[in-house]
Amino acid sequence: MSDDLQLLIDSLPDLGNGVLVTLQMTLGGALLAMVVALVLGFGARTPSLWVRAPSRVVIEFFRGTSLVVQIFWLFYVLPQFGFKMEALAVAIVALGLNYGAYAAEVVRGSIESVPTGQWEAATALNLGWLHKVRRVVFPQAWALMIPQLANLLIQLLKGSALAFYITLHDVYWWTDELQRDTRDTFFSFGCGLIVYFVIAYILTWGMNWLEERAKRRLGRGTRPRLRDVFGLKPGVPSEIARMKGGTA
Amino acid sequence: MTTSTSSTGDVPAIEFKDVVKRFGDNVVLDKLNFSVAQGDRVTLIGPSGSGKTTILRLLMTLEEANGGLILIDGDPYTHEYKGQKWVEIPEKRRRVVRNRVGMVFQQFNLFPNMTVIENIIEAPIHVLGKSKAEAVARGEELLEQVGMSEKRDFKTNQLSGGQQQRVAIARALAMDPEILLLDEVTSALDPEIVADVLGVLREIAETTDITMLLVTHEMQFAREVSNRVLMFDQGQIVEEADPETMFTNPTHARTKEFLKAVLG
Repeated sequence: MSDDLQLLIDSLPDLGNGVLVTLQMTLGGALLAMVVALVLGFGARTPSLWVRAPSRVVIEFFRGTSLVVQIFWLFYVLPQFGFKMEALAVAIVALGLNYGAYAAEVVRGSIESVPTGQWEAATALNLGWLHKVRRVVFPQAWALMIPQLANLLIQLLKGSALAFYITLHDVYWWTDELQRDTRDTFFSFGCGLIVYFVIAYILTWGMNWLEERAKRRLGRGTRPRLRDVFGLKPGVPSEIARMKGGTA
Repeated sequence: MTTSTSSTGDVPAIEFKDVVKRFGDNVVLDKLNFSVAQGDRVTLIGPSGSGKTTILRLLMTLEEANGGLILIDGDPYTHEYKGQKWVEIPEKRRRVVRNRVGMVFQQFNLFPNMTVIENIIEAPIHVLGKSKAEAVARGEELLEQVGMSEKRDFKTNQLSGGQQQRVAIARALAMDPEILLLDEVTSALDPEIVADVLGVLREIAETTDITMLLVTHEMQFAREVSNRVLMFDQGQIVEEADPETMFTNPTHARTKEFLKAVLG
């Protein structure tokens, strides 16, 4: 066991790098996923079939195919057609497209949960489409979508472990190395669990903080209290129901 | 801005020409014709489903007509004829005309992500291009007028229904509309609040020359504020009169029946 600890301490620089790579993939992937989700989410609810149909096809394709296969495609198959990306870029693109497709459904659902009266009032004030979305509808939909996006973010973090297969030295790679060095599966994979859990926990705090802030902007709740942010308490059902119910 | 001929006073503020509106197989308006003169206060009455609210929603472009023309100050608004062809007017041109029309809703529809004053200044700044200082000054003036000054920086869901509706009225007026559409604006309010909101509207009617088109079940209010009442039934105007005549001496059987049911 003391050997294990020594090897663990020796591997800390690798762990630091691994966390950095995992965070780059997670945050880069999440950012790209959000862009993809907004484009596809709005695309999937436009009246024009020429926009809606391709959006739906892209959503269903990336939701319906395996993330590992997508990563392998981008990494091993695309270069045969002359597109070569770095491993980190491949991971970010694959995670972004895959989770973006899921998040698109969250975006679409949340946008549709905003009462139509809000769109109508914005029309009555003669606001342009983009203005309606940016200033009126999205801030309200945002509060509704954060809890679901938080789930996807955690899943994305864990999905990023697949990048190990395309040579990236992320947290999973570090775990694997530790296992090889210590030959102690219980210890090394235990360490892996803990590191992923800590990162996921920090991300959850961040999302809770965003959620509290979004709710406060809608005049619900007060300043985010530490208790709300760190409490990891899921949204109170009645609160969500009230938000979906209307503007009153 | 399209130049309108409204200055002559002859051109109606609102004109419907053979307007058709269907929801699926249900024909709500069947070749409806009517016009509203500049500065008129017109109340639409009639049983539910008679098409009153649909008229307001068409005027706010919240619904699309299936036929006919809607003119604002003589300007084609939502559709026009190109030769024989009935075509939609693109959004860019609609926006120019829509600037002259404002609406207050039954459910208020204030933006919960903004404060009271932010609700009011949003469109004047971004649509009319007013400076923030100018918009705020006008907004504060309107809040004063509707008796909501002290709630200036409140979030909208901290307000009661009656307060929200007064803010919604101020928000509509901040756009300086020539035409104000009032869609059952007191129907969602508690009875004791209704008088406050009606008082605000009465004052606006007395102090401005805004053309008003209202759908309401408050017959007393219709009587005080409007100078013309249109009785609708099945998408057609069955009777038209000044409020005094309409409420005391209706001629059409459907009107008598309806007023009897409403007034008791």
